[in-house]
Amino acid sequence: MRFPKGHTFNLIIAGTGGQGNIMVSKLLGEAAVKEGCMVTIGETYGASQRGGSVASHVRISRKTLHGPLVPEGAAHLILGLEPVEALRMLALVGGPRTTVITNVRPIHPMSVAMGEARYPAMDEIKAAIASLSQRAVYLDAFAIANDLGLPLLANMVMAGALIGSGLLPVPQEGVERRIGLNFQEAAAAQNLKALRLGAVAVKAAMAVDATHQKQEEPWPLK
Amino acid sequence: MNRKNGTDMAGAATGAERETLLLMGNEAIARGALEAGVGVAAGYPGNPSSEIVAAIAQAAGKMNVYAEWSVNEKVALEVAAAASLTGVRALCAMKQNGLNVALDFLANLNLTGVESGLVVAVCDDPGGISSTNEQDSRHAAKVLDLPLLEPAFVEEARDMARWAFDLSEKIRNVCILRSVTRISHARQNVRLGELPARRPRSRFDTSKRYASIAMTTPPVFHRALHENLEKVRCEFETSPFNRYDGPDRPELLIVTCGSGWLYSLDAVSALSAGRRVGILKLGTTWPLPRSFVGQRLLAAAKVLVAEEIDAFLEGNLKEMACEIAPGRPIAFFGKTSGHIHPFGELNPDSVTHAIARILGMRHRGRPASYQKKAETALKEIVPPRALQFCAGCPHRATFWAVKNAIAMDGRDGFVAGDIGCYSMALTSTGFSQIKTVHAMGSGMGLASGLGKLDRFGFDQPVVAVCGDSTFFHAVIPALVNAVHSRSDIVLVILDNAGTAMTGFQPHPGIGTSAMGDEAPPIDIEAVCRALGAAVVVTDPYDIAGTTEKMLDLLGRKGPPRVLLARRECALAKARREKPAYRVLVDGGRCKGELCGCNRFCVRVFRCPGLRWDREAQKAEVDEAICVGCGVCADICPESAISREALP
Repeated sequence: MRFPKGHTFNLIIAGTGGQGNIMVSKLLGEAAVKEGCMVTIGETYGASQRGGSVASHVRISRKTLHGPLVPEGAAHLILGLEPVEALRMLALVGGPRTTVITNVRPIHPMSVAMGEARYPAMDEIKAAIASLSQRAVYLDAFAIANDLGLPLLANMVMAGALIGSGLLPVPQEGVERRIGLNFQEAAAAQNLKALRLGAVAVKAAMAVDATHQKQEEPWPLK
Repeated sequence: MNRKNGTDMAGAATGAERETLLLMGNEAIARGALEAGVGVAAGYPGNPSSEIVAAIAQAAGKMNVYAEWSVNEKVALEVAAAASLTGVRALCAMKQNGLNVALDFLANLNLTGVESGLVVAVCDDPGGISSTNEQDSRHAAKVLDLPLLEPAFVEEARDMARWAFDLSEKIRNVCILRSVTRISHARQNVRLGELPARRPRSRFDTSKRYASIAMTTPPVFHRALHENLEKVRCEFETSPFNRYDGPDRPELLIVTCGSGWLYSLDAVSALSAGRRVGILKLGTTWPLPRSFVGQRLLAAAKVLVAEEIDAFLEGNLKEMACEIAPGRPIAFFGKTSGHIHPFGELNPDSVTHAIARILGMRHRGRPASYQKKAETALKEIVPPRALQFCAGCPHRATFWAVKNAIAMDGRDGFVAGDIGCYSMALTSTGFSQIKTVHAMGSGMGLASGLGKLDRFGFDQPVVAVCGDSTFFHAVIPALVNAVHSRSDIVLVILDNAGTAMTGFQPHPGIGTSAMGDEAPPIDIEAVCRALGAAVVVTDPYDIAGTTEKMLDLLGRKGPPRVLLARRECALAKARREKPAYRVLVDGGRCKGELCGCNRFCVRVFRCPGLRWDREAQKAEVDEAICVGCGVCADICPESAISREALP
């Protein structure tokens, strides 16, 4: 029998409702399918758009079908659209060898606005992420998107960061083609711009932390 | 982020044969129906089922297909059955709660039978992720003596949906396809099949009749159902949807269906237990194929059942074990034994733990030190993130006005709630105003009863709330009841121009159909007036005006009054238009902690577009979230929040 074995890439995209999490997972997944991969995406969805935590579980393999949820400890990479959501998913499904790439712009939960809960300081978040991951890369995707005048496209900046990191076995051209097919012309152009800026920005962010962390090899697709 | 109109599901609807696409489970079900030549699809939106009818509606331009969002699930099934009775294949889609609504018709339709293939696709929501309950629909198949299919992955959902029409025609009865959230909302590769060039012709054969009424002796129908079920069972014995993988005599046999199958594969792989464990995957779960399943049960001493929600399969397997192997001990593990929780979602880890516990294996999970750090981070650093109304949501404004009016009225009034985004007013995002939530339309029904209790000393004002789509679905009969019984209540209709909770599907009050054609809108205000209710219309963004109207309606005695709060969903509007206002906090006027308002805007009003700057001790607008509705400018006691109209 063919039980799933190795060679599966488990990506978690962590964010909050309304950030465009599911669109990012769909674009990446479609691009991977076009590369001949077997893809399974599970998504928490009922709470989307209403401020709750939203996570997409993206599982890419050559030919093995997987369940739509990444088992505890099995996440290879966590893409954070929001920093505490990246930490939340890292703590839930990450492991000592997990890599984190996250946006640093917080979105405050209602509990924080009300004074019932505290939003942790960035240093505190970073320390916790560092203690639970092999490697962490930080960038301000909101600032990059906002400079474009398109604050809603921070998700696409982060998608670009993921592709630019070279850690996911999906080529940038493939994702760009999917953007062209999923959006109308004007929106596609904006999304492409955000994606490309993210891909460039992540390289700078990774260079900063490469001085004290060991470079990880891209995941081999067999 | 202007999506291409319909691009989302166009692939599922019209993609070419042999192309491999990443499809959502619901799109795959729609594709299966289209590959089977479905002619009519009807449903009422409800997650996790909503994309099925939506995807079929996408095909309407290219194929001779009719798709509609019906007023409720019962009518949807009747619409679908009409097609089937006249020779056109039909599908009806709903969530688990919707099956209850359709059940009255379905429990008679099964007796009369159908003509062309009729498939009921019902999507359950284990864990109640986007539902009020986690009811297991599979019991209905057993109660109604109808065949039940459960897909375990996305491509199989397509295959099953396609085949379900053939089965339905073979037995001239309804076939139930049961999906769950983790199949319906998962995306996986699907290799598309051929779309047939069927041109069914619709005609009602007047030499026949379809009536479950007991003119003849009713057991005749019931007997026929049982004979039919035996035919189905024989068919299921060789079904490709059932398979076994593993050793001939496994130490442990996992019997699984639906999402449980892939979790079981992942779990056995994580434990490297492939030589000890066998997996029996069942796609045809009622009636069970006795010979096929029995042969596997007899080869195992221990059986673990991995399924979502109730111990449905587990119970049926135990029943079968008693029949086929009386006196032979088979140890069953699962929801009854407590190895898997009898509530909530299944996941790969719960299956892994169950296997490890039964076989006495050590599951090497995360290192203990890591686990401890992870738990500490979740407990001490990560704040909870509750659901809330979106920035600019008109419901927040309406509930603000309702709250203030009830407080000013001073007689301990309260709100009976209903199903929709506005159910969230149970919590602080809607100022905890809602005190009851049950089924669609139940807020109004409860209110109708509450308004008649004065003779027992009941003297609290009663407010029912419902959305526009819910109004048509199930509130109208309850409102008729309240008017006719002169029940002393106020109904607030939160009309945000669409079925917002499930993705903005149109309903009878909207001028478009599921297929995007023009449709005559039904005027909620006129319906209420025609029923004899007093109606006042308000714009929720006008907080002072809405509060005043609400207070006035509460104070009037007598038959039902309706407050129609009309304002389009802020999310739908933001997708289409630019913001109306630029909202600013004047740092000079905002006195922060010294104000005495005790951070009123962020602590009490709580629009996510506003946040508290801890350093400056002042409110600020979060420009990443604010949609520019300008409502918050009316609630700041110091008028520190202002709005500037944007061009």
